[in-house]
Amino acid sequence: MTYLEASGISIDFPLYHAESRSLKKALLGKVSSRFSVDQKSRPVVQALRDISFSLKSGDRLGLIGSNGSGKTTLLRALSGIYQPTAGTLSMEGKLISLLDPGQGMNKELTGRENIRLRSYYLGLSKAKSQAFEADVIDFTDLKEFLDIPVRNYSSGMVVRLAFGMATAFPPEILLMDEWILAGDAAFMAKAKKRVEGMVQHADILVLASHSPSILAEWTNRLIWLDGGRIVADGAPMEVFKSYLPRHDFEELLRARS
Amino acid sequence: MTELARPKIHQKSSAKNRYKLAADNGWAQRFQLVIDDFTQGAKLYRLIWSLAFSDIKLRYRGSLIGPFWLTISTAIQIGAMSFLYADLLQTNIHTYIPFLTVSLILWGYLSSIINDGCTCFSAHDALIKGTRMPFVVHVVRSVIRNTIILMHNVIVIVVVFVLMDVHPSLYMLAAIPGFLLWLVDGVAISIFLGILCARFRDIPQIIAAIIQVAFFVTPIMWQVATLKGHPGTENIILYNPFVYILGIVRNPILNEPLDIVFITKALIISAVVILVSLFSFARLRGRIAFWV
Repeated sequence: MTYLEASGISIDFPLYHAESRSLKKALLGKVSSRFSVDQKSRPVVQALRDISFSLKSGDRLGLIGSNGSGKTTLLRALSGIYQPTAGTLSMEGKLISLLDPGQGMNKELTGRENIRLRSYYLGLSKAKSQAFEADVIDFTDLKEFLDIPVRNYSSGMVVRLAFGMATAFPPEILLMDEWILAGDAAFMAKAKKRVEGMVQHADILVLASHSPSILAEWTNRLIWLDGGRIVADGAPMEVFKSYLPRHDFEELLRARS
Repeated sequence: MTELARPKIHQKSSAKNRYKLAADNGWAQRFQLVIDDFTQGAKLYRLIWSLAFSDIKLRYRGSLIGPFWLTISTAIQIGAMSFLYADLLQTNIHTYIPFLTVSLILWGYLSSIINDGCTCFSAHDALIKGTRMPFVVHVVRSVIRNTIILMHNVIVIVVVFVLMDVHPSLYMLAAIPGFLLWLVDGVAISIFLGILCARFRDIPQIIAAIIQVAFFVTPIMWQVATLKGHPGTENIILYNPFVYILGIVRNPILNEPLDIVFITKALIISAVVILVSLFSFARLRGRIAFWV
């Protein structure tokens, strides 16, 4: 049974200024800290505070909030990249996170070589990696660009490749950051079709975005983050009602109807 | 166009896809996470291999003879130094050239493992922050990359041995267990330095300086025999860990003896490195993603 559960997750981000990161500062700091009260008084940003929610098959969660509200940090925590400072993350299901378009890709390698690397990362057998490669090539539609280094791609092409690789074997849990918007309209339609197919297979999607229309369209639950805390959690339109300025909300309603 | 919404292969979920990550709570959990890191990393051996290989390939992409530039530049360096230093140190050129060749190449391997180890995490920050991957992947990638470079340089050793009429013996095979120990040590020291350098960005420079000094106080360009009786030399040899680590592989190749005390010292040094590395990995593993 696929599920994703966050219980009381908090993350403190250590703050290192260019100088305080240096060894000299730390050594000198240790000496002088004998005179201070608390040795562990390190500056931190409270990136996430006591985040709890539970997702089950078919849930499509949207994350919304201003810049720096903790959306990306939460996605990283849910991916298991950041070990929480407090709380527990538990899940069952194959998870893929699309946090940054270039992630896991070597920009110097060609598209095809990157696809091969990814199939090694997924630990696929030879037959499966061929099917994987064929599927990604078919989806991304990069044609002759497949054989040139990824650094020569447009940002839209990178997104297409990253999305194609992430969803070729449909993950049971897909985490996405907002850069998906970098694709053109034709790609967006394709991507949406693919994610819908995924969700029909009773899977979980978590999507962070600034775009109300995308979130309203793609998700069936919305969490509003502010300052690393959950402000509101509920049906997308309900949350939007309090999140969006009145004018924007009415516009969204009109667009939806 | 094929149907996009329903991709052709669907992998069944299973219990092994279960994953749990709690906040740090003691050594039992920490070591469990280290064990998981190693076992999951071992499954990704094909990924590690092709990442290491692509590092080499990319460095020489578009070059006519590719990584064999490594071989050539090593050969040029050794060719130039051999005659000068053999004369300078007044030693027999037929024993000195093989000694210098083997020493320089093996030292180059050790020093670049240590120097690359410093950046094994910080160089791949995008990968670490972008996806959940065992940290050991980045470490082993760095060690394997340097091992591939070493394999290109071994050609120089073979050519020098042929030219200098050094006969191969079965005793040379005694270098193999020593080399396997190097691989383990290389992974251990890279983990430790990788963490340290991710946190403190001054450490790589400090390490590079230490390695440079170590090059001169370790018998690489000079032989112990040449400096016999020179005061201070004995202490340099006695308290220099690199002497023992280098020796367990170099001595068999050069047909020089390896006694049990020497091997024991190398093993003790390795054990210390491995233990320190293991404990710091367990303690700080969860912080690496924040530091890189």
